[in-house]
Amino acid sequence: MKITCDEATAICDKNQYKEASLWEKIKLGIHLFFCRKCGKYSKQNAIMTKCYEIHKCSESTHELGLCDEEKKEWEEKLKAKI
Amino acid sequence: MSGIDKNLLNPEKWISLHADYLFNYTISRLNDRDLAKDLVQDTFFSALKAKDNFKGEASERTWLISILKRKIVDHYRKINSAKGKAEVRMNFYADGDREGEWIEECVPTDWNGEIEKKIENEELGVVLEKCISNLPEKYAMVFRMKTMHQIETEDICNELEITSSNFWVIIHRARTQLRKCMEENWFKK
Repeated sequence: MKITCDEATAICDKNQYKEASLWEKIKLGIHLFFCRKCGKYSKQNAIMTKCYEIHKCSESTHELGLCDEEKKEWEEKLKAKI
Repeated sequence: MSGIDKNLLNPEKWISLHADYLFNYTISRLNDRDLAKDLVQDTFFSALKAKDNFKGEASERTWLISILKRKIVDHYRKINSAKGKAEVRMNFYADGDREGEWIEECVPTDWNGEIEKKIENEELGVVLEKCISNLPEKYAMVFRMKTMHQIETEDICNELEITSSNFWVIIHRARTQLRKCMEENWFKK
């Protein structure tokens, strides 16, 4: 039942994606009951998840596609090989 | 009549039909424009060389993606081997007698009280991006795929040919390091 802080925070990370098993969540719960350091990690981890949520939307905007010149250049290179 | 249901390759149209799709696919995994361009370009050249192997069972795009996937996993392998191992990994948890316990200077500290305000600040994205770029390349790659692009765990593991426990170790290391980086650069009291 006893796990280390490393293991506890690993479960905590997995749980941010809702993929921790029931047994893992129980072990984490027990650990958090006694460990304030991991308690803080867990609280801040939820905040980090929020940050990623917000940022994920902004990331898609700077995913600039290829420009026409680049595609043209490729087309020529490829044609030369066909 | 056998050819009637089969897909055909049309290399003259590859760029106009598939270049953007392949490029975006790569960017969502590597987040490096130049590298993504190289891999996609390579994909077209390899595809051309291998076009006699195309059996027409899959669509042209699916076939091209399968070649691109090989290139991505090769890249992952490369960063996972020599270069990846040479990168200094930050340790957050002790070894020896105190194995798995927090190392003193890595223990989470209290954050500034105005968390909500700080999260909504637009500059957060810039700092976050910097912190992600500071991660060892393979952590950044896996973390981005999972967190920024919400690719399923199973798909990532299959694509990169890693086990799920290996995957979660990478996510754990990435998130521990990111929390620390954001603490120092953004949430500090």
